[in-house]
Amino acid sequence: MDAITQLQRQFVEYTTSLYREGYLDDQFTQLQKLQDESNPDFVVEVVTLFFEDSEKLLNNLATALQQENIDYKQVDAHVHQFKGSSSSIGAQRVKNVCVVFRNYCDEKNLDGCVLCLQQAKNEYILIRNKLEALFNLEQQILQAGGSVPMMA
Amino acid sequence: MGVAADSQFHVLAVDDSIIDRKLIERLLKTSSFQVTTVDSGSKALEFLGLHEEDDEIHNLNQPSVSPNINQEVEVNLIITDYCMPGMTGYDLLKKVKKSSSFKDIPVVIMSSENVPSRISRCLEEGAEEFFLKPVRLSDVNKLKPHMMRTKIKEIDHIDHQYNQEHEKHQEQNVLETKEDESTQQSNGNKRKSMEDGDLTRQNKTQIQWWPYCRFD
Repeated sequence: MDAITQLQRQFVEYTTSLYREGYLDDQFTQLQKLQDESNPDFVVEVVTLFFEDSEKLLNNLATALQQENIDYKQVDAHVHQFKGSSSSIGAQRVKNVCVVFRNYCDEKNLDGCVLCLQQAKNEYILIRNKLEALFNLEQQILQAGGSVPMMA
Repeated sequence: MGVAADSQFHVLAVDDSIIDRKLIERLLKTSSFQVTTVDSGSKALEFLGLHEEDDEIHNLNQPSVSPNINQEVEVNLIITDYCMPGMTGYDLLKKVKKSSSFKDIPVVIMSSENVPSRISRCLEEGAEEFFLKPVRLSDVNKLKPHMMRTKIKEIDHIDHQYNQEHEKHQEQNVLETKEDESTQQSNGNKRKSMEDGDLTRQNKTQIQWWPYCRFD
């Protein structure tokens, strides 16, 4: 089996596992469908914006939850944003944590919020690493002169 | 004879999230629309040339119409996020529908939360559609009929003639209309034919739903 075929197979298996394990949902497929020759880097661009936005939001959330008088409305606004951006790129597990997080905001439950922030951070780091690995595989395939398999 | 491309339709997209702006821009461009994106309701009004201050001043002696002098580009549809800090999409919708110069521009609201009362509130204020985020290509495909309808309104004096033609030429894609001075608002005299049956309103209520947006 030549190197390109092997990389392509690896890519398909890895992508499939990301869906199977719930890291990604169908929205990520939607993003891929919007990428074409005129916009070859669309997915990477959007996901990079998501990384930047997530890191800013996680910092804002950490700060907001460290205040003496916690403004739960503000915390909720950040989580709302995080939920929106994660669902827009199909980062399903991050989005799911955000749903629970908002319920704790409603209840003004500090322990719940702190726990969710930790979970959101963990899930974010996981999906970031996994997407970076996926993009890396894509690059390897392209550099070897192959084409990236269509997953849709 | 010339083929009028969909790029004759210009969509103004409003969203405070840069990720969602990028997404909606791509979705609309994939559908061959011309797109302008802005990150707030007030920038949308600015782009249209609708100024709140103007409205107040004009209120004193004439109807709340700000003159359409600043609008350089025709906007055929506004698609806006609901939840935005400052002016919400709902506020923007109301301002547009209140303005006699812009009230005919179709407005579509997008929201990540499926709140029935919110949806009906927007539709009552004159929104054409309510899309649940993340917006998909299948949603964007629903936009064109709304833009077609506005175009038709602008040139409704030839509408009758058009419909007669349309019955005769179901498959014909492009129709040249007769020269007429009052068609100048419609970006020239050519337009694409309408798809049958697309003018019916979509079913606007969806299934899944989350509590509420705390910006409102």
